[in-house]
Formats: sequence, structure tokens, C-alpha cells
Amino acid sequence: MASTTADTHDHHGAPKGFVRRWLYSTNHKDIGTMYLIFAILAALIGGGISVFMRMELMNPGVQYMESGHVWNVFTTAHGLIMVFFVVMPGLIGGFGNWFVPIMIGAPDMAFPRMNNISFWLLPPAFILLLMSAVADGGAGVGWTIYPPLSGSEGTPGMSMDFAILSLHLAGVSSILGAANFITTIFNMRTPGMSLHRMPLFAWAMLVTAFLLLLAVPVLAGAITMLLTDRNFGTAFFIPAEGGDPILFLHLFWFFGHPEVYIMILPAFGIVSHIISTFSRKPVFGYLGMVYAMVGIGFVGFIVWAHHMYTVGLNVDTQAYFTAATMVIAVPTGIKIFSWIATMWGGSIRFEVPMLWAVGFIFLFTVGGVTGVVLSNAGLDQVLHNTYYVIAHFHYVLSLGAVFGLFAGFYYWFSKMTGYEYNKLLAQLHFWITFIGVNLTFFPMHFLGLAGMPRRYIDYPDAFAGWNMVASIGSYISAVGVLIFLILVAEAFISRRRAAMNPWGEGATTLEWKVASPPPYHTFDELPKV
Amino acid sequence: MRLPVARIAPASDVSTMAICLKSVYVYVMNTPEIPNNRNDGRIGGYTMRKSISMKPFHKLALYGAGISGALMSGVAQASAPEPWQIGMQPAAGSIAEKANDLHNLLLVIITAISLFVLALLIYTCFRFRESRNAVPSKTTHNPLIEVLWTVIPVIILVVIAVPSFRLLYYQDRTDETDMVIKVTGAQWYWNYEYPDEQIAFDSYMIEEEDLTEGQMRLLEVDNPLVVPEGTRIKLLIQGNDVMHSFFVPALAVQKYTVVGRTNETWIDVPMGEATYYGQCNQICGTNHSYMPIVVKAVSADAYKAWLDEAKQEFATGPVPAASVELASVQQ
Repeated sequence: MASTTADTHDHHGAPKGFVRRWLYSTNHKDIGTMYLIFAILAALIGGGISVFMRMELMNPGVQYMESGHVWNVFTTAHGLIMVFFVVMPGLIGGFGNWFVPIMIGAPDMAFPRMNNISFWLLPPAFILLLMSAVADGGAGVGWTIYPPLSGSEGTPGMSMDFAILSLHLAGVSSILGAANFITTIFNMRTPGMSLHRMPLFAWAMLVTAFLLLLAVPVLAGAITMLLTDRNFGTAFFIPAEGGDPILFLHLFWFFGHPEVYIMILPAFGIVSHIISTFSRKPVFGYLGMVYAMVGIGFVGFIVWAHHMYTVGLNVDTQAYFTAATMVIAVPTGIKIFSWIATMWGGSIRFEVPMLWAVGFIFLFTVGGVTGVVLSNAGLDQVLHNTYYVIAHFHYVLSLGAVFGLFAGFYYWFSKMTGYEYNKLLAQLHFWITFIGVNLTFFPMHFLGLAGMPRRYIDYPDAFAGWNMVASIGSYISAVGVLIFLILVAEAFISRRRAAMNPWGEGATTLEWKVASPPPYHTFDELPKV
Repeated sequence: MRLPVARIAPASDVSTMAICLKSVYVYVMNTPEIPNNRNDGRIGGYTMRKSISMKPFHKLALYGAGISGALMSGVAQASAPEPWQIGMQPAAGSIAEKANDLHNLLLVIITAISLFVLALLIYTCFRFRESRNAVPSKTTHNPLIEVLWTVIPVIILVVIAVPSFRLLYYQDRTDETDMVIKVTGAQWYWNYEYPDEQIAFDSYMIEEEDLTEGQMRLLEVDNPLVVPEGTRIKLLIQGNDVMHSFFVPALAVQKYTVVGRTNETWIDVPMGEATYYGQCNQICGTNHSYMPIVVKAVSADAYKAWLDEAKQEFATGPVPAASVELASVQQ
């Protein structure tokens, strides 16, 4: 294997020069690195916006922002950035690109040039999104971009069109990436790596890629219809001319619900690896874990209208979506219990990635059970669009997907860079973030139960107390981000060389059998498994 | 809460399974008659005690959400959020009672599940840490426990589904209402129309500088939606421009206002003079935060007096005002 001589020809075959190495890159590891850097930069912007929003909400009354519209622009930008430019590029483009080929023993992705365009579509998409926040006063419509508010009467001017085109580009990027992953996983596994022996992260990426491939084109269709409604006189969503805004909601959520699984499934995969590694035990119930993910992916496509219980759906339709939504709790429960069963009987070491993974399991459980509450159409009349929903989806995404991102980052940092990070700083980062995000999002359950609506720049004075607590929590989380940045800088300055496998015998997947960082061409010959 | 007696075919005719399924179906679909508020002698704005005392787990739930209950019980006249509130607003009317009951049940279940997972995690982390358990086991399968953690969640979900569907279908019973009010959401105010009385009026938020002593910021309006106490009211909810959402937590009612559609729902206003506060709950532009909803329940006499006055001030004549506005407000 290449690993033994890796140090001597570390970047054997790597193109010289910045432009050839990065702009023209066809190497899955380089592209993965660019995705990760991109996601971190976008996270600083999207997260910065959220701290600014918490500053605004810290006290009753309007403090910093000009109007409710400015607030709406910020919520829109925060949501779209976090979904399309942080979580997806980080988990799928970043870790997916880096580790799926290595884990399945493939020399690279199936379509390296397509991989290049998948990444390089994102920066222009991001620029368009930022333009949508500033051009013509900005698009203040929420990340769900419902017409008529996102229509030409609700949001005149270019801002909304920029947002739509941004989503077009990000969507094309995702679809190309998904096709690439599916082809790679189906065709380029090393001999002996049958699907049922494939690492769970690769399985998670396979299911995610299928969700992307089937869901994103529906979004593309919906926003294209919105674009032509706005600019070319069509009336898909304009009732006065025979259209229907509810049609947009159906199309959006037919994409939007699978989208939330797109964001969480890769994190499931990462957490499985980490739990297994640091318990020094193989994953408990491997097949159950695989088919739980496949099941979640499938059911994820037939529950979309649980986001629409209050739009006036037929009661039997609501009953169906209630029942179907509840079903998702079963495979999710299987995963939670299988992770704990993996730890059970193990020999557990609490390295930093393990802290994030165990934190993930509990916080994802909390976010999951409030999902069961929200699945009840009858009860949703009281909870829909309140801060209870905000709390729920931040527990599964901000404390779920983002914990997955950090878990993966600390698990693979030394593999990707060849350097070791400072473990003390990393632990500090974990604990500060853990306290900060819980302080931010747990009180939002209370606010929601009491009836505080989302997307409000100002709230009745009774909500002031918990809003103050949530804002303080967000400042603590922001301190955590600073520690993270210091940690990364320190690691690159100190240049402590990392071993091929710093995690010991529990780490069994192929990436731990190559050097840190892996050579430019990971495998000179295919590994045997 | 009266539970319906399931009407089941004689056991000799059908299998036990079918009996089970049918009784569940009857239980879910055949919800009790909507109570006639005028005659049941309730005086408070809500009747938490009554509904909760019926089922043991609801007692537990009340215990769990006890702090909020205690906070709430002093407020009879206004249903609005309270400082540091951690639970739902006190239920007003039969729909909200059922919704709060369901939430109380769910709160117990999800708290128990979360604590169970937390306890398992803590025990596992403690018991199987490296220093205490140096040699890991090789177990990766246990069919029994895998079946258990699949089947038990399914059973819990079925337990949840039954009251959930009862609530859902109860909310759909708009036929048995006493009167109709048409609600139209607009940027950024509400229009309320009483088709049978031929009156309609707009309801705007009172600006902060115009508030009088004791009024709540962002919640008060110039013309509240006045309704007679103890009445079942069908709401026809319409859009005018962008989407809004008519949301009054204490009455457990929420519907989007969508232009081109009429959504139907109902509220069960209990006996007792009370004011229920709500807010627009679907992003609708720059003043989304500034279009609250106030439902004011008054006695039958006071309602009659208000109606006489309103007919002078807000008369629509034969043409409903809201539909006139539909054309004029859209820009």
C-alpha cells in the first residue's frame, strides 16, 4: 500500500501552482478541502447573522435593525446560508468527498471533472445569495420563500430573483454531486467491499445522494415556476390568474422534508464511526443501521405536508401525514439505541470526537421527541410556526447536524491535515458550545408553548425573560466559535505531525490505513478487504 | 371527558382482531358531542381541572408542567403569555382542552424517553469506560433487544395516535356551530366580518405611544373581534394579499389566510368574559410582528349592545366589505 512510503512522495503527481492545483482540481481530497473551507467561511457569516439576530431579540423593542423587513432579510439569509452553504457543503461536499472514495477503496470519485464543477458552482451561488440580501432592500421572505410574499407583488425588485438563481446554482451543484456519489459507490468499490460490508458513512452518503437526486429537481422546478411567475407572466402560484400558492408549498416541502434528512444522514454516518472507534467495538446491528437509514430516506419522501397542517388541508390528509410522520420515530429510535448498544460492553475512551458524538446522541433524541409532538396535526394548530418549532429543528440541525460536523472535523482533522490539534482547546470548544447551544435553544420550547410566533423582530414583553436567556446562550456559543478558530490556527502553526492512526485498534476503516495526510493519489494499487 | 362506548358487533361474528380495530376506529371517529357551553354552568375562562382530573397520566402531566399551571391559575380574564411561562396558555374551550390534554400526555412520554436515553448514556459511559472495562466485548447482535426497541416505540406511537386523531377530527366538526365570522388577513391588519349581522370592520394594532395604562405592548388592537361567551363559532378564513396566519393559542386555533381560498375552522368560546390574545403567525412582510389578534368574549347582553352599536358604525349593507377591500387593497 502507498502508506508505507507516503512521506517520501507525499504529493507525488500533484500539479504545481495554485491555479492548477485548486481551480482546476479534479482530486477528491483537494475538492473536499475546498468544500470544508467554504463551509467554515459561510458558517462564520451565517452564524454571525444569527448572533446579530439574538442581539436584536435580547430585549423587547427594536434595538439595532431598521425595520421588520431588515429582520426578515436576516432570517432568510441565515436559513438559506446554513442549509445550502454550511451543512450541505460541509457534510456532503467536504467529508463525503474526502472519505467516501478512501473508505470504499476507490482511487478518486467517478467523475473528477464533474466534482470540480460541483464545487465551483457554489461560490457564485453564495455570491448571488449575498446579493439577494442587499439588492433592492433584500429578500425578506423566510427560507421557505412562500408566494405571494416571494412573488412580484410581495417582493418587487431583483433581490428575490437573485435568491432563486442562487438556489438554482446550489441545486445543480448538489445534483451533480449526488450523481457522482451514486456512481462512485456503485461502481468503484474495491474488490471484496460488497454493499453489505461498506462502512456506514458511505451508506449514509449513498442514501443522501439518492435523496438529493430525487428531491432537489422538485425544488428547481418550483423556483423556476416562481421565477417565471415573477418575470415572464406565468401564473402558477397566482390565484387571480388560475394558479395556487399552496401548490408551491407542496412542491417546496416535497423537497424540503427530504432536505432535512439530507442534512442529518451524513451526520448519522459520522457518529456511527466515532462511537464504534472509541468503544473499540464494531457497530451494533450493522444491517439494522443500514436499513434504518434507507427506511428514513424512503419515509422522508411521503411526509412533506406535516409542514402544512394549518394551510387548510383536508382532515383525512392531515391524519395520513400525522401517522406517516410518526413512523419515522421508529427507524430513528433504532439508530439511537443501536449507538448506545455499540457503546454497551465497549472500552470507551472520551477523545474529543467521542464527546461530540455522545452529545449528538442525546441532543438529537431531545430534538427527535419534540418532532413526535409536532407530528400531531391537531396539536400543531397551537405549535405551528411558534418557537417550539424553532427549538425542535435547531435541536436536530444546529445541535444534530452541526455536532456531526464538529465530530467529523475532530475525528478526521489529523487525517486531512497531517497535524494534531490541541486537545485541551478542543475539549473547551466542546463544553462551551454544548452549554451555549442548549442555553440558546432549550428556552425556545417554553417560548413556543406560550405562543411566541417565529420571524418576529419584536415580541410582547412577557416573552422577554427566556429571550434574554437564549441570547446569552448564543453569545456563549460565539465564544466557542472563536476557540475553534484559535484551535485551527494553533494546529497549523505548531505543526505537530499526526500518526497514520491516532485512534488505535477501534479505527478500522481504510482511511486509517493510509498516511496522514494521505498521498495525493491515495491508493497506488487497490487495497484488499 | 366522556368516553364513547364502542359499538361492537357480537364476538361470534368477527375475529378478535377486527373487534380491536373497530373499537379503535369507533373510539377515534365517534368523538363525544360538542358540549353546549350555555348550559354546563362553567364560569371560568377555562376548565383545566375538569379535563385533567379524569385520567391518571394527566395528573402526572400536570405535576410535570406544574409551575406553569400555578403561574396560570391566577389569570382568569386575559389569555396572554406570562413572563417566564414554560407551558401552554390555559385552555379556553373544548378544543383547547383536548389540545392541552394531548400535550400534557406527550410531555410525560417525551420527557420519560429523553431521561431514559440520558440515563442509559450516562450509565454506559460510566460502566464501560476504558479504565473500568479494558477488554471490549465482541457482541454486535441481539435479536430480542432489536425487536424490542422496534416494537415498543410502535406501541407508544399507537398510544399517542388515538387521542391525536380524536383531537384532529374534533377540530374538523365545523357543522355544529352557532354563528359564522369571516376573518381576512391583510398587510398588516385583520378584517372581521359578521355576515349574518351585515357588519365588517378592520382591526389594527395600537401603536406603543397610544397605549393606555395596563395595556400590553404589541398585543392590543383598536377593534377587537367581539364574540358572545359560550358560543361555537365557525370561522371562514380568507387571504387578501400575502399569506398570514390567524393564531390564537388559548383557543387552539390556527389557519393560514390564503388569497383565493376560504379555509374553514371553528372556535369554542367558553363561558365567562375574557380576552384572548393572538398574533399573526406566517411571515407577511415588514410589519409581520405588528398585527395582533384580540378575541373578546362578552356576555350575551353586552354582545347585543355591542352589536347595536357596531351596526351603526360598521354596517356593510348587502355587499360584504371584505370583498370590496379585496380589490382595493391589493397593490
